[in-house]
Amino acid sequence: MNEQSDIKKLTPKDFASDQEVRWCPGCGDYAILKCMQRTLPEIGTDPANIVFVSGIGCSSRFPYYMSTYGFHTIHGRAPAIATGLKLANPDLDVWVVTGDGDGLSIGGNHMLHVLRRNVDLNILLFNNEIYGLTKGQYSPTSKPGTVSPSTPYGSVEGSVSACAFALGSGGRFIARIIDTDQKHMPDIFKRAHANKGASFVEIFQNCPIYNDKVFADFTEKATAAETRLYCQHGERLIFGKESDKGIRLNIDTLGLEVVSIGENGVKEDDILIHDETNRMLAHMLVALEPPDFPVALGVIYADPAPSFDYSVHKQIEMVTAERGKGDLGALMRGGRTWTVN
Amino acid sequence: MSATVATKLTSEPPNFEELESAVVRFAGDSGDGMQMTGAQFTTSTALAGADLATFPDFPAEIRAPAGTTFGVSAFQINFGSGTVLTAGDEPDVLVTMNPAALKMNIGELREGGMVVIDTGAFTPRNLQKAGFETNPLEDDTLARFQAIELDISAMTLEAVKSFGLSNKDALRCKNMWTLGLMLWMFGRKRQTVIEWLTTKFEKHPELAAANIAALNAGHAFGETAEMSTGLKSYHIAPAKTEPGLYSTVTGSQAMSWGLVAGAQLADLTIMLGSYPITPASPILHQLSAMKEFGVITFQAEDEIAAICSAIGASFAGLLGITSSSGPGIALKTEAMGLAISTELPLIIVNSQRGGPSTGLPTKTEQSDLYQAIYGRNGDAPLPVLSAASPGDCFETAIEAIRIATKYMTPVMLLTDGYIANAAEPWKIPDMADFKPFPVQHAVAPEDGSEGKPFERNMDTLARVWVKPGTPGLEHRIGGLERDFETGHISYDPENHQKMTDLRHSKIAGIARDIPAQEVTLGEDSGDVAVVGWGSTYGPIDLAVRRARADGIRVSHIHIRHLNPFPTNLESLLAGFDQILIPEMNMGQLYTVLKDRFQLKATAMNKVSGQPFKISEIHQAINELVGKA
Repeated sequence: MNEQSDIKKLTPKDFASDQEVRWCPGCGDYAILKCMQRTLPEIGTDPANIVFVSGIGCSSRFPYYMSTYGFHTIHGRAPAIATGLKLANPDLDVWVVTGDGDGLSIGGNHMLHVLRRNVDLNILLFNNEIYGLTKGQYSPTSKPGTVSPSTPYGSVEGSVSACAFALGSGGRFIARIIDTDQKHMPDIFKRAHANKGASFVEIFQNCPIYNDKVFADFTEKATAAETRLYCQHGERLIFGKESDKGIRLNIDTLGLEVVSIGENGVKEDDILIHDETNRMLAHMLVALEPPDFPVALGVIYADPAPSFDYSVHKQIEMVTAERGKGDLGALMRGGRTWTVN
Repeated sequence: MSATVATKLTSEPPNFEELESAVVRFAGDSGDGMQMTGAQFTTSTALAGADLATFPDFPAEIRAPAGTTFGVSAFQINFGSGTVLTAGDEPDVLVTMNPAALKMNIGELREGGMVVIDTGAFTPRNLQKAGFETNPLEDDTLARFQAIELDISAMTLEAVKSFGLSNKDALRCKNMWTLGLMLWMFGRKRQTVIEWLTTKFEKHPELAAANIAALNAGHAFGETAEMSTGLKSYHIAPAKTEPGLYSTVTGSQAMSWGLVAGAQLADLTIMLGSYPITPASPILHQLSAMKEFGVITFQAEDEIAAICSAIGASFAGLLGITSSSGPGIALKTEAMGLAISTELPLIIVNSQRGGPSTGLPTKTEQSDLYQAIYGRNGDAPLPVLSAASPGDCFETAIEAIRIATKYMTPVMLLTDGYIANAAEPWKIPDMADFKPFPVQHAVAPEDGSEGKPFERNMDTLARVWVKPGTPGLEHRIGGLERDFETGHISYDPENHQKMTDLRHSKIAGIARDIPAQEVTLGEDSGDVAVVGWGSTYGPIDLAVRRARADGIRVSHIHIRHLNPFPTNLESLLAGFDQILIPEMNMGQLYTVLKDRFQLKATAMNKVSGQPFKISEIHQAINELVGKA
């Protein structure tokens, strides 16, 4: 019901607020913001029906720069607030913007539950593997050994993989993209929007101040073809400058392996075809890491199910149809009563 | 079947007695079904037209080891033909199903009171589990009381033996045998209990039949065995109350209905976000079963998500509600600040329990007043209301919603474990008597001029309520300080002062829009004012009645609006020479009153997990006027 049908065609400008954008120069957030402002007119929802909800952190300033409705909430709680918002009005397009600290540390619990409930939200997790707004402490996605103000001798903690967490939480739409990859990002946003349920999108986002080039292994343009694997439903998982490498299932190890087409008798037919509805495959794809593997990008998993907000309202409708619209006076008089004269 | 009687009183009591009121306490093991027995006795009593108040007192453990003192569950009911405002100080009749229940409750029985004992449960093993070194039935433990010793276990087994139940299932009917006896004792009808048992055990007709047989057997025992046992029956006339249609309600029930009623008056849909916690969960259960009223409920993953989802719903234009108890309220604190900062309406129900920390989950206390009034970071005022009794939850909930929506603010609504669980007769309100206060969500100006989503009503100081989906009023809100005019983020020092002043004035100004403080009982000046809030209403009122009957110039002032206070409260209190403030905490209202007013007062504090007794407050009044 939100699709626009009136005469005025919206442009990116119609989605930009009058607020001065205040991220650090070179921050990956700029590219994501621009892409969102560029993509929303294509999606076509009336700005009045769009809400951006965020928590706390650099990425969570995002709503201020959009001319839609927005709610900059408290640390980690954006998924919970967005759940209430969506339950209250399922007709709204609700986007949640969060980061690795906001979404996976202080708000990790809410992220788990919003995914397993499958609330119809588009969740963008800007992962820069660092706490930027508080000046550079390591985050739950920081690799072990990360040197930061709070870990001057290197962190001694394991890190969490955002997409593996989302899958493990029961998420039914998992996608991954790089901040600078403006070619693929609009499609990912559109797919996330089209999915009626919790859509989880991890965006590798560079923090030039506190964690510059932390994703350089696969974000450098020169080596991109060899280090990125774009997953397309129904197509073979092929990568490489010459499209000569692929991902094959090794039945001995029950894992994925990189093979070169034409070498050791490997044929194109041996390469796995991406099936975005295959949860097992998704688990294996999100675990691929450099240097031995390319990083899996694109829509890694999409297997829709009825959303929580839909089911909640459906149940209310069914109960109301069965019992009739509630009459409070009748309810209060419906128990054991007596009359005093 | 032999019933031994140990009536050690010198004179035999008459077999029939006319009473104004009576207090009966059922006590047994958590597995003995005492709460259920009490609830059924309550229904039968209410239907007979008595005024009543109940006090369920049960352990935090769902199934504590059988027979132990910490597994004892009790249910007390006070009923009478006059006004009944408390569950009663001391039981007149105590029913104990095992040694542990006797041990934990006999100290409460009034001198000369009747104690009904199931001797069948007084086995050496149970005596040992209860920590008795000698058998209390054989020493002088019961000397001051009228003890009715009956082998209820054996009589129950006898009554149900034709139904082929296992020994365990058969023994579980003994609460119904006891209930039957007590219904006989107070001249109550069995029919409602029989109907209830039939419905409850619809799928197990043999259990229904056995329980009904036990109920009838207990009743028949009273009728036939009275001469030989010392049992007597009592008659309590129906109470004289305001005409109307009545039912019994618990606080949780009245609160849930009041929230739905308030939302209807505001023309809003409710969204409750809640996380299970004792003793607040019944509100979640109740509202979850009201889907046909359009009520949306959400059992969140934690207390924080619960309030945050409610805030999200309020942002969307619904009425967000969250309900919890002390520890859960503590977790919600940061989000309350967000609701204050963003100026969204929100109802926060706190069913208080013993604290600090996990404290006493199933016991009552009113020690969250500081938390309600002061407990947030920053200068973050919000209105605080409290309900005085189970039935009062209904009107207080409506008042909370009126304030929250008119002033665009979160409102804290305090109740407690006692009010939440206790039942009282309640005159069912007619919704036509309540004035609607429909909410108008803002829309963009029709003339096409720029919309103002941060516009404010300069009388109430409330911001307009704009819901997403409204064209032309797109805006961003958040917890960062924002500019008074534009609503944009602002770090300007003068603006922060202005916004802080505004938040303060907005809440303070509500004082002009609430009823003046009335004197609950007595004159508006005198020697003593007993000032209370919340569930101390009953014992204070009855203590003040007693003291007034003694000729003391004492009044009862009960405060519903705790923040801001009614504007006349200070001058009203100034009319009394002395002020007594009984509270189930260490003196929180006492401190808040002294914080706001020039006031000399005496604090009276009790934090035992049990409500005040009328006699305790009566004595404190006497001491204050030098009569003790």
